[in-house]
Amino acid sequence: MSAAAVSAQSHIALGGVERHYDGPPAIHALGPIDLEIGRGEFFSVVGPSGCGKSTLLDVLCGLVRPTRGSVRFEGRELHGEIPDGIGVVFQEDASMPWLNVRQNVAFGLRTSGLQQKEVAERVDHAVHFMGLAQFAGHYPAQLSGGMRQRVCIARTLVLRPRLILLDEPFGALDQQTRLLMGDELLRLWRETGATVLLITHALDEAAMLSDRVGVMSARPGRFIDIMETGWPRDRDSRIVSDPKFGGLTARLWSSLREESLKSMGQAA
Amino acid sequence: MTRRRAALFVRTAVLAGLVGLLEICCRTGIIDPLTVIPPSDMFASMIDHLRSGELDESIVNTFSTILLAFVLAVGGGTLAGALVHRSPRLRDVADPLLASYYSVPTFIFYPLLVALLGLGKAPLVVLGVLSAAPAVMISTLSGLDGVSPVLLKLARVHRLSPARTLWWIVLPAALPRLFSGFKLALSYALIGVIAGEFILSGTGLGYAISFAYQSFDNRAMYGLMLFVLLVAVTANGILYVWEGWLARRRSRG
Repeated sequence: MSAAAVSAQSHIALGGVERHYDGPPAIHALGPIDLEIGRGEFFSVVGPSGCGKSTLLDVLCGLVRPTRGSVRFEGRELHGEIPDGIGVVFQEDASMPWLNVRQNVAFGLRTSGLQQKEVAERVDHAVHFMGLAQFAGHYPAQLSGGMRQRVCIARTLVLRPRLILLDEPFGALDQQTRLLMGDELLRLWRETGATVLLITHALDEAAMLSDRVGVMSARPGRFIDIMETGWPRDRDSRIVSDPKFGGLTARLWSSLREESLKSMGQAA
Repeated sequence: MTRRRAALFVRTAVLAGLVGLLEICCRTGIIDPLTVIPPSDMFASMIDHLRSGELDESIVNTFSTILLAFVLAVGGGTLAGALVHRSPRLRDVADPLLASYYSVPTFIFYPLLVALLGLGKAPLVVLGVLSAAPAVMISTLSGLDGVSPVLLKLARVHRLSPARTLWWIVLPAALPRLFSGFKLALSYALIGVIAGEFILSGTGLGYAISFAYQSFDNRAMYGLMLFVLLVAVTANGILYVWEGWLARRRSRG
């Protein structure tokens, strides 16, 4: 049974969400979007460049207020504030070069008010979980791009978020590292029980990792297809050899091709 | 030997060689001792003047003025830079002025400063600040421009207050460029104050050097020049080492 089927309860819900930017030129970037993501679900969003994927993430985490519509997180409507319980990993390297790995990870807890011992325990756990124990005293400049992204994920992890938003976190990594990072992400998802929303431009990544994949149209971004993968919860990157995987990726591409052409100004 | 150590060794060797060459040229009469005295005599003169205590007041006056000008330039320049950074309109106005600022010789304002502030410490401090603050302002703008937008986004996601965002993210991220400005500010404040003392003051090390020059007291003049030089190099050296330590910590790879 898929995780999506297990999670009947809506964790985050968007109703008629739109985002416009004042000009000149005025831009209708997003929506209208209606979407419900179940508690503990792994949901991915794919779409052509500039379709508003990152704007969607900004709306979800409260960084940007929707022009129209509503966002509800755990049943509570958001009004442009950043709610407790959401962790975000950005596409860009957000490690702080003046802090070592341990300090970077602990940064997430600076305002938590937790006891020093609790902070140390959470940081230790996150550092070990992300395979960074050997590098705890290293500075970001001493790490590879993949390891820096792991530092950022660990910094999110210490907060014990109930919803993890990831904005193309593996975009700058090579294919092999991305597959392995995908495995780590799945392990993190299973062990924390958090709901995950992943923004990605990689169709294979979305098809491999997700319970459901939402395909967005060219700007203004709307969901034109939501595909359920049907993967078991206990999965890893080896499912790329499953014959079903190719079919899922092909379906995603057939949904996305025309929209990608539109976004390139070459509408078929 | 590491590259850094090798460079330090070469620098020291070149400097020692030049000092040694000057010593030989002065001792052998190639350079007239009425023009330049041997470096060993400069050093002896510096020690004599420091030991005698006759310069204590001048030293305190000069370095307290430099310190005050430096602190005001760092504080004012950083604040002004931050304010200009926040306002794109102000930035449009300030950018060309800052770009051409150092083409203006600030010492032309000396008569005005004397008329407005008299012959005390104030015009010297103002000269020091006028020399140093724009460098801090330029480096502050450059530092703030260089703060990665994703780190500011991160601060918002972590719901940091503006003060914590500034203290925990903006300042550390901008520090390397701020530091370059502070280093320049120290040099400019020193130049501004000492040069100001040459022409404005009746006290201070600049005045003492000027007085020795006008009295044809080469020994005293070179001794004092050496002292100012050593203090300037030491202060800048401390900032340089500190800056290097910060930079190495960020770029070890």
